[in-house]
Amino acid sequence: MPTVSVKRDLLFQALGRTYTDEEFDELCFEFGLELDEITSEKQIISKEQGNVKAEGASDVVLYKVDVPANRYDLLCLEGLARGLQVFKERIKAPVYKRVMPKGEIQKLIITEETAKVRPFAVAAVLRNIKFTKDRYDSFIELQEKLHQNICRKRALVAIGTHDLDTLSGPFTFTAKRPSDIKFKPLNKTKEYTACELMNIYKTDNHLKHYLHIIENKPLYPVIYDSNGVVLSMPPIINGNHSKITVNTRNIFIECTGTDFTKAKIVLDIIVTMFSEYCENQFTVEAAEVVSPNGKSSTFPELAYRKEMVRADLINKKVGIRESPANLAKLLTRMCLKSEVIGDGNQIEVEIPPTRADVIHACDIVEDAAIAYGYNNIQMTLPKTYTIANQFPLNKLTELLRLDMAAAGFTEALTFALCSQEDIADKLGLDISETKAVHISNPKTAEFQVARTTLLPGLLKTIAANRKMPLPLKLFEISDIVVKDSSKDVGAKNYRHLCAVYYNKNPGFEIIHGLLDRIMQLLDVPPSEEKGGYVIKASTGSAFFPGRCAEIFARGQSIGKLGVLHPDVITKFELTMPCSSLEINIEPFL
Amino acid sequence: MSACLFRDTYLHPLLKVRSQFRQIFLEMGFTEMPMDNFIENSWNVDGLFQPQQHPACDQHDAFFLKDPAEALQLPMDYVQRVKWTHSQGSYGSQGYKYTWKLEEARKNLLRTHSTAASARTLYSLAQKKPFTPAKYFSIDRVFRNETLDATHLAEFHQIEGVIANHGLTLGHLMGVLREFFTKLGITQLLFKPAYNPYTQPSMEVFSYHQSLKKWVEVGSSEVFRPEMLLPMGLPKNVSVIAWGLSLERPTMIKYGINNIRELVGNKVNTQMVYDSPVCSLDIEPRSPQTQEAA
Repeated sequence: MPTVSVKRDLLFQALGRTYTDEEFDELCFEFGLELDEITSEKQIISKEQGNVKAEGASDVVLYKVDVPANRYDLLCLEGLARGLQVFKERIKAPVYKRVMPKGEIQKLIITEETAKVRPFAVAAVLRNIKFTKDRYDSFIELQEKLHQNICRKRALVAIGTHDLDTLSGPFTFTAKRPSDIKFKPLNKTKEYTACELMNIYKTDNHLKHYLHIIENKPLYPVIYDSNGVVLSMPPIINGNHSKITVNTRNIFIECTGTDFTKAKIVLDIIVTMFSEYCENQFTVEAAEVVSPNGKSSTFPELAYRKEMVRADLINKKVGIRESPANLAKLLTRMCLKSEVIGDGNQIEVEIPPTRADVIHACDIVEDAAIAYGYNNIQMTLPKTYTIANQFPLNKLTELLRLDMAAAGFTEALTFALCSQEDIADKLGLDISETKAVHISNPKTAEFQVARTTLLPGLLKTIAANRKMPLPLKLFEISDIVVKDSSKDVGAKNYRHLCAVYYNKNPGFEIIHGLLDRIMQLLDVPPSEEKGGYVIKASTGSAFFPGRCAEIFARGQSIGKLGVLHPDVITKFELTMPCSSLEINIEPFL
Repeated sequence: MSACLFRDTYLHPLLKVRSQFRQIFLEMGFTEMPMDNFIENSWNVDGLFQPQQHPACDQHDAFFLKDPAEALQLPMDYVQRVKWTHSQGSYGSQGYKYTWKLEEARKNLLRTHSTAASARTLYSLAQKKPFTPAKYFSIDRVFRNETLDATHLAEFHQIEGVIANHGLTLGHLMGVLREFFTKLGITQLLFKPAYNPYTQPSMEVFSYHQSLKKWVEVGSSEVFRPEMLLPMGLPKNVSVIAWGLSLERPTMIKYGINNIRELVGNKVNTQMVYDSPVCSLDIEPRSPQTQEAA
């Protein structure tokens, strides 16, 4: 969940009243936000770097608010305050307008070279804007939040904001060889080529994460103005020339990327949020974008979409009985301006450009429910009469577990993921013989494969409990995984039962007795005949030679039992003899 | 005369709690879903209407498979409907309007949540005509490739309940949750709006913790989006409501355990297993165990 950090007093100023922490917490809860933390810059630095470094830092109270991941309109103080004000019916949602400029329209020309590296771009202008230090900080912070969220760490979209008064259009968005791009990047004092910058930023904690997006491409994206000044090299860094300051009055915004829909959404969000500070409040000056094929488009789109929803649909989905007029009022409080039309049962909902998250009628239903208040909805039970059924394999497992414990064994719960060694080398096998499923991105060796046997998990549990009084008798009934090309995903789970006996003597007769008991519980007679089980002497790399047997039942081999080989004992860091039993219980369903 | 120490016959506390939850669901008429496949493919996540570039699909959140790396078979007509819903929008939805890639969907991974398995069950339900209402549950393992700490492991268990029927409302979902949590001894519930890509509305469920004296999250609940249900072939006015919680959390609260590694995995102290009391979930939990003196 994204977190927005806002100065509490500034927020209360924007909201037009103060709240106690509890009152604000409740307001957040109602709206679907979470007041995660109340802190200050001083406290943050204190926590991270100690009290000495925190000396002189700001004491101003900060609210850290968690917002839903799809609400891009709540990612800054401006949007948060606006959303809450409309929710509390203190203001009406502003109407955002795109206006044509008095003079010539700003143009961004895209050349065909961008197609292979970063094909899409949109642009807009914020005219006669007034920043204060707080507004400026908020502007920069919003771009960062959008970059992290919807822009997927700048890979899908990157935002560039520039002081229009330092530049001269028309602007060109093209792609060039890195050695051919040379400019003074933000906050540096001299010019560098793109190659040099890639090297320099390898050690920059913030920018190094984005280099991979264009690093290996033959051409890097770059935006120039008509005098050859570099505005930016997206998605890495802007040029220093067009840097924005608190005194900037006119801003040129460009969003470039690989996802056109998201680029448009991001542009809409920035301009709607900050056009509040333009002289002509909530208006955004249009910019023209020319595609490589010559086609012209005007941005920002700032589209208002209308959707029709039936009042009774909302009532039915939520479980309330509000009049259409009331429902329209509830939706309007969520920035979805609505009115009752037609026969009185239809509600026309206007979805503003700030609510790109609303894509289906169910999103409208949810907003109506939030405005009504989830905790005001009457709780009822659905008339869904059904007879319950247990999953047969789980039913069998539950019955066996109880009887295993009754037989004197203790239940263990071990991990399904383990190292390759655990299921192969330590048991005297080669990994290729195991038909194991391999993980492609394990962080450590503990997550290399999914287990093909329950034995390693139980042996590791014994190793961690060596100090417990002997004998240690453990069991587990759980799933193992093997590759299986007959399944749609290529792998299958099998339910295994595994038991181990660890003591001064190996206790083979006890494990054998346990097997007989299990077969008795499963109603499988000891017999060569159909439906019975037999034990035949066998070999196994994990077992002591001459002390291993294979179990056959229902016409197939279901597993092995025996005394474990001393090598296995040692490899699992154990010191006493141990015998084990492992069978597949699925044939007994 | 001192008493003889009883040992030998112990069931694992987490699995005792699992048995209790199974019992609660069966008492409420829910049928257990097949969960015997840890391996899922990304396709199953897309089928839930979670967009392919969603943060939850990141390499660092899911365990992707090297072998077998890709699904061998996909139901192609269903795949086409899902592709259309994501990229162009349909069934009354605007969709996400991006380029949906089949190669992304074929990737195999260890399931990150049990909803992937619920989706399979709902798909099977949708193929049976005429539609009959159903109530399902599951309690099984899921896998997350996240940073590990005192309360997070790579493997944990999710509990999920699902109801599919005509005319289900948000009020019904809240009513079912009230009955479910009452059986756990939790009677005061608060619901908070939340966001999830494949559900709308979504709610987080909070209950009042007597000793901590604050509201704590006990689970999440939601109504599945039409974009997820309609491509499966479920009739238009059938709604599906669902809720979930982790198995480990209530177990740790019940048995007063602070570090999850003391509960799950091979490092578990078997003495803890020997000592854990009978599990009846509606009895007030014990206070956290005191630490041994340093």
